Amino acid sequence: MEGQNRWDRARVESIARSLKDAPGALMPILRRVQDELGWVPPDSIPLIANILNLSRAEVHGVVSFYHDFRHAPPGKNVIRLCRAESCQAMGSSALADHVRDRLKCDFGETSSDGRFTLEAVYCLGNCACSPAMVINGELVGRVTPGRFDETMDRLDGGRR
Amino acid sequence: MTHKGRTVYVPRDSGARSLGAEAVADTIAAQAASRGLDVRIVRNGSRGLYWLEPLVEVETGRGRIAYGPISAADVPSLFAANFLDGGTQRLALGVTDEIPYLKSQERLTFERVGLIDPLSLDGYLEHGGYRGLERALSMSGDRIVEEVTASGLRGRGGAGFPAGIKWKTTLQINARQKYIVCNADEGDSGTFADRMIMEGDPFLLIEGMTIAGLAVGATRGYIYLRSEYPDASRTLYDAIALAEDNNYLGANIRGCGKTFKIEVRVGAGAYICGEETAMLESLEGKRGMVRFKPPLPAVAGLFGRPTVVNNVVTLASVPLILQNGGAFYQAYGMDRSRGTNPIQLAGNIKRPGLIEKAFGISLREIIYDYGGGTASGRPVRAVQVGGPLGAYFPESMLDLPLDYEAVAAKGGLLGHGGVVVFDDTVDLAAQARYAMEFCALESCGKCTPCRIGSTRGIEVIDRIIAGRNGDKSAALDLLLDLCETMSASSLCALGGLTPLPVKSALKNFPEDFGLKSANDYR
Repeated sequence: MEGQNRWDRARVESIARSLKDAPGALMPILRRVQDELGWVPPDSIPLIANILNLSRAEVHGVVSFYHDFRHAPPGKNVIRLCRAESCQAMGSSALADHVRDRLKCDFGETSSDGRFTLEAVYCLGNCACSPAMVINGELVGRVTPGRFDETMDRLDGGRR
Repeated sequence: MTHKGRTVYVPRDSGARSLGAEAVADTIAAQAASRGLDVRIVRNGSRGLYWLEPLVEVETGRGRIAYGPISAADVPSLFAANFLDGGTQRLALGVTDEIPYLKSQERLTFERVGLIDPLSLDGYLEHGGYRGLERALSMSGDRIVEEVTASGLRGRGGAGFPAGIKWKTTLQINARQKYIVCNADEGDSGTFADRMIMEGDPFLLIEGMTIAGLAVGATRGYIYLRSEYPDASRTLYDAIALAEDNNYLGANIRGCGKTFKIEVRVGAGAYICGEETAMLESLEGKRGMVRFKPPLPAVAGLFGRPTVVNNVVTLASVPLILQNGGAFYQAYGMDRSRGTNPIQLAGNIKRPGLIEKAFGISLREIIYDYGGGTASGRPVRAVQVGGPLGAYFPESMLDLPLDYEAVAAKGGLLGHGGVVVFDDTVDLAAQARYAMEFCALESCGKCTPCRIGSTRGIEVIDRIIAGRNGDKSAALDLLLDLCETMSASSLCALGGLTPLPVKSALKNFPEDFGLKSANDYR
């Protein structure tokens, strides 16, 4: 639990201070916190609010509005599967069932061993190569259950 | 050696990369080195022939010769077939420009995409880049706006509002600060034209925004880019830096005394931020909540200042209009839809890709002549045009020409030009439910019809689906009433247009809802 709650206060503070004078600074700050830490720790909200002279409620409102901002740290591997129409037309629903079974977690969840976070995403712009997903930041097109398993087997082999 | 100094093209487009283009490029480099061959690998954008990606091309005396789809495992056989001299191999496609899918297109906006290294400013200039800006620099703002108005260019993001009129509104307002905002939050499923431009020809967008800035007197531009496009983000950052270094952006552009700067802002996964006022809120660092209109953004937009908000393709169409004149562009198209439209063909289709043609081509030509039918080989049953807020059309309606008014007359919308094909395994009741689910997921929550209506919509569709044996009429009446409320009283297109896919599914595919015919529901 303690490990889960640890977050890099100094890093968040430095990001917020370096961007605070940009017009509409809150979004670039949250974006960078999310990108560098992988989540937006709740404790960073009062810190950012203070630096931008905003209320905590205002910052919380923005953090909670956008799907990208995670409220908890993700698993070691992040799998994002497109669930929008083009991918649906190419069998993403069956693929989604397969992925859920393999990772032993549902969309929006992290597996109990902390290895995988599974997220739904609505269009990756790779519709001409549907179905598409992102595995640890890497876009993959024309995914089949078999091709997904091969990638997962490689992750398993490397114990990631 | 005959292959001395050969140039090989392997796309850096994220779609090509998602199919292994990196490994293909690496393997070609390694094989060339081990064979002692002098090969220069250029990472171009995608030609948009996605079923052939990764598409490898070689520069030869006959022009560029294409091979595809190539995997890293195919590379040794390419060398064995002497592909550097255009040799014949199993996956050889001949001269790229002669591939019918490409040859029959009218590529204006996409003329350079896939042709050049997107981050070579010299390549951009050699292929006609910055000629529009050059001409614009010698013109007054009024004249530039007149040219854009004369071209008949309308917003390619979906709304189809005339760009010239939008620009004129902003031009006529006196303000210390004005802005150009590029809407690069391409969230509709089945669309990828913006992405291809940003990844494949970023200077085109930069040039278009700069011309817009000169036209209306704006000195700052923002590109609001969706976070799902990390490759586009990297390419744009690099291209902007190159443009700044070469005085195409910044203070005193090309010695004209005018200033224009561009900044990329990356979103955070909210579909609603593709709506222009929600986008402005997000750029201001707030929740992406839709604003009431008026005031229009052209009058009071970003930080309350006059702001032109245009889609990527709209802005990318501007340089050619300035270069060749509005009349040149206006000569393409039909009725009130002028110029060309990049159609993005996706879903269950044999040959998915980007098809830039003058407005007016029919869905049937797109799906069969270009697309070759479904990827599964099963019959086409439904086609969704215009993204998640677009209508589902049955096979019998495929003669519909793709033109803003023609699609609207049939109860749909052209939107950003996405065409998603489904075969006969699709369940349109499930698709209608998904439309409501998506609306509920992405609603900003400001107006009740969208925020609450979408959730009630899911429930009532569930009742219709579940009530196979019972009387559906009460639930159907409720659904239609709900759709009417959402259409008539939502604040923006999300709540206002979600009824389109729902009602078109019901009307065109009543059997999927357990109804005998379309008449049952009215």
